[in-house]
Amino acid sequence: MNRKDMLGLRGVSREEITEILDTADRFRAVGERRIKKVPTLRGRTVVSLFFENSTRTKVSFDLAAKRLSADGVGISASTSSAKKGETLMDTARNINAMQPDAVIMRHSCAGAPHMLARAFPFSVINAGDGINEHPSQGLLDMLTMRQNIGDLEGKTVAIVGDVYHSRVARSNIYGLTTMGARVLVAGPGTMCRPEMDRLGVEVRHSIDEVLEESDVLMMLRIQRERLAPGMLASSREYSEFYGLDLQRLARAGEKTLVMHPGPINRGVEMSPDVADHAQSVILEQVTNGLAVRMALLFLLLGGEGGQDA
Amino acid sequence: MGFVMDSKDIQRSLSRIAQEILESNDGAERLLLVGIHSGGVPIAQRLAKLIGQAEGEMPAVGEMDITLYRDDLYTGLEKPVLGETKLPTQLRGVHLVLVDDVLFTGRTVRAALDEVMDYGRPARIQLAVLIDRGHRELPIAANFVGRRLDTEMGDKVLVNAASSPAASDNVSIDKAEEGPQ
Repeated sequence: MNRKDMLGLRGVSREEITEILDTADRFRAVGERRIKKVPTLRGRTVVSLFFENSTRTKVSFDLAAKRLSADGVGISASTSSAKKGETLMDTARNINAMQPDAVIMRHSCAGAPHMLARAFPFSVINAGDGINEHPSQGLLDMLTMRQNIGDLEGKTVAIVGDVYHSRVARSNIYGLTTMGARVLVAGPGTMCRPEMDRLGVEVRHSIDEVLEESDVLMMLRIQRERLAPGMLASSREYSEFYGLDLQRLARAGEKTLVMHPGPINRGVEMSPDVADHAQSVILEQVTNGLAVRMALLFLLLGGEGGQDA
Repeated sequence: MGFVMDSKDIQRSLSRIAQEILESNDGAERLLLVGIHSGGVPIAQRLAKLIGQAEGEMPAVGEMDITLYRDDLYTGLEKPVLGETKLPTQLRGVHLVLVDDVLFTGRTVRAALDEVMDYGRPARIQLAVLIDRGHRELPIAANFVGRRLDTEMGDKVLVNAASSPAASDNVSIDKAEEGPQ
């Protein structure tokens, strides 16, 4: 992989995705050692810049940097000068003046990481920009699928819920279709629009229409913070038509994988017994997230792709 | 291109090294041979077989990829490709023998030593190489050497040896162009 930044999976080739996933497989082994740290990125500086809340992603990137021996510092919106009215570009100029090697960025505006990537020499990894993309999540989802059901070519993955507001869904759609998988999306009409078929997916309007065909059921959280008034009638109604419970899981079959990017709203998009079910790989996704993020940092900052190579 | 060892030379050298390893470690009981990716891996497997034939018991064999421990990751010309590190046993108390095909600057061995330490604390670590071509940049020496070769810094030493002896096995030197490099 020869890139400065990882901004999204749109336009990332099958070869590159395979290289990232293969590298992540190796880093999983590092996580199973007693000493989980390697000296690879010694002396490199990684800044995480989060303008939206996060627990999983931020901890995962921070740990990934630490396990590669990079020095990491984190800035979150609630404690930054953005509160005092500083613009994003000014914040970035100041960070750039401290010569970081990479900036991990989450922002509510789609395209914000792209703007920084164009303007500055440091590598930018998009950790979620508005409703656009969340590439490391897409990659860790594909890694988890690959480990459990093998090659993604020809497999059927259903993404259920608020697809419209989901950057996780979008990154998965770009990545999975590139890898030759068939993607179904299902959700309320307000969150799963017919014109989404332009992304190369098949649009359905009830979870019952995807159960039998799917190798993977990826359940999404309702993103209340992004919903316009009237988009969702009630959580109970949503759960009725789109929630995954044990009966529906049984119809899907015992080989179907259950995934969720987290955080889960138990009882809404899935019942608690499904979340903790043997077919659920939700915590494997988290373990893989760390490996994928180590792989991204390694591939972007190591070797020829590095800035002072 | 000059050939310096044929398949019989290689097999004789490895047989002698296998004997020396056994002598130095009082048998194969606590031995762990670790081949360094990629050239050291088949050499380690062949040494293990030879030791197994001599003792009636195969020593443990592992492999190690040192990419994450390299000191030239940012200046190296090649893109890093991660290989696998597989160590079959706990390292505490074992007699670990690092195995590589060619010993040159010593930087690979330095990286391998660091990686071993992250996996555990062997009772001792030794180094076995098929070829020692000189030009060390670090204070590192091999315990067991197949053959020492006089080379120029810019020469390429090519080892072609599979994990089982084959007639096509050989070692050759690709001489650098004349003049200072």
